[in-house]
Amino acid sequence: MTEMVRAENVHKSFGSLEVLKGVDLTVPEGGVSCVLGPSGSGKSTFLRCINHLEKLNAGRILVDGDLVGYRERGGKLHEMSERDVAKQRQSIGMVFQRFNLFPHMTVLDNVMEAPSRVKRENKGEVRERARALLDRVGLAEKMSNYPGQLSGGQQQRVAIARALAMRPKVMLFDEPTSALDPELVGEVLEVMKGLARDGMTMIVVTHEIGFAREVADEVVFMDGGVVVEKGSPSEIIANPQQERTKAFLSKVL
Amino acid sequence: MTQPTQTERARPEAIKAVPVRHPGRWVAIAVLAVLGAMFLHLIFTNSGFRWSFIFLEYAEGKRGVMFTEPVLEGLRGTILLTLFSMVIGIVLGIIIAIMRLSPNKVLSSVAWAYTWFFRAVPRLVLAIIFGNLNILWTRIGFGLPFDKQIGALFGIDNFDGQIFSIRSTDLLAGFVAGMIALGLSEAAYMAEIVRAGIQSIDEGQSEAAVALGMSRSQVLRRVVLPQAMRVIVPPTGNEVIAMVKDTSLVAYVPVTTELFFQLQQVQARTFVVLPCLVAALIWYLIICSVLMVVQHFVERHFGKGYGAAGKARQRLRAIQVEQGGRVTPTDTGEGTP
Repeated sequence: MTEMVRAENVHKSFGSLEVLKGVDLTVPEGGVSCVLGPSGSGKSTFLRCINHLEKLNAGRILVDGDLVGYRERGGKLHEMSERDVAKQRQSIGMVFQRFNLFPHMTVLDNVMEAPSRVKRENKGEVRERARALLDRVGLAEKMSNYPGQLSGGQQQRVAIARALAMRPKVMLFDEPTSALDPELVGEVLEVMKGLARDGMTMIVVTHEIGFAREVADEVVFMDGGVVVEKGSPSEIIANPQQERTKAFLSKVL
Repeated sequence: MTQPTQTERARPEAIKAVPVRHPGRWVAIAVLAVLGAMFLHLIFTNSGFRWSFIFLEYAEGKRGVMFTEPVLEGLRGTILLTLFSMVIGIVLGIIIAIMRLSPNKVLSSVAWAYTWFFRAVPRLVLAIIFGNLNILWTRIGFGLPFDKQIGALFGIDNFDGQIFSIRSTDLLAGFVAGMIALGLSEAAYMAEIVRAGIQSIDEGQSEAAVALGMSRSQVLRRVVLPQAMRVIVPPTGNEVIAMVKDTSLVAYVPVTTELFFQLQQVQARTFVVLPCLVAALIWYLIICSVLMVVQHFVERHFGKGYGAAGKARQRLRAIQVEQGGRVTPTDTGEGTP
């Protein structure tokens, strides 16, 4: 299988605070990686580096074989123009902890906005696809509602549909269920499981150990800006080797 | 024994309680009513107001002063001046606000300096300065910058790189000078309003838009500004109304097609002082009332998806749709099974 995402020795600092201290990760096409770890471990920052919302200080990230945010010419890195970075981001979907739906647009317009404005696809086709996607996340009847009228779980499902509308090669999930009421977590996880089954490449930062155990091909445990341990869910969750992993899991399980 | 469930229990009678009395409010209303009656009495019994002068006939064979030709022309001037200077102010204000928020230090400093200057100079002073700028420059043109200097550098005398130019006295006289002065001043205030609006939008909004592959200008036009408008519109309404009144300052440019100036002219001709002032007051009240209605609708437009009342209405509709029935508000009071 081909590599979809490849991160090599990624470093990121905010001022003097080094948040990522050399993170490596490889996700094959169709693979699902779950990133676990305590808050402040740098897992969200790492995810934001993958679509260049944060600039790396060192290391490199490739998505589908292309360097993210830079171009290599004659052994030298050149920063990409904003337009080119935007182009790259079109194929990297992202779902945020706090949904970030556009509150001034209806649900349908939220999903249609990027394909019709950014890719300038045919409006009729985009509408059909948006309807199908909303149907897939179980919200076809909420199409003409505004996000403010939906529950958190429904909003997050719309956010997933919005990201999928761009037909991304990879989906990044940044703690997608952390802002939800407990009874709403399940519906979002169901949608994500469906995506994984359909072969979407996914990187999921989460605290849902159950989800990781069930869906992930690989579980990555991060702490203090480094990958402490990674492996199959059964290895990491059932039988962690590192002390830090054990300590974390004993608190959340 | 298990507790009876809600459905098994009879619904108690609706509460019919005697409402709390508010005697204080009634006293206040009585006082206000008396004061109001006194006010109306003062206005309508004092012949000094000369209502017929204002509304019906201010001189033999002429209409009331509010509706005479020069005053109506002045009214049109006031409205146009407000419109044009607000358009300049809003467009330029948005540009300056965006520059101010730019990560580039030069752009943001220039924007800051602009705001600093035009907020510090009184509009009256600015209007007079613009009326006199033709003393400094005789011609104003558009073309190659520094054309004379470049010409001199290559030894050409009087090299003219202007595409077109116009005499300053033609351009910067009267109406245009007043419009530019008010517009530039307004832009400084609008820039601050727009900046506050943009900054009020959650960072997550532009992040989500950027993550979808939108360009910076798309994020601004499609996501940030439409939401910022909710914050921008109410203070902009203030600005428009303030501008209507500030147009009276351009009398010093001088601009003659302006409402207050025209009424003062009538005053000077007829020696009737107070009714002319009252006529101006009534016109300003009418313009501002119309503007408030416009503002209401603009606010409603940009409030889509927000607002307590709107939200409640939409919630109700959503609940009704979920229950499968199209229940109209009138029959929600009836006990449905």
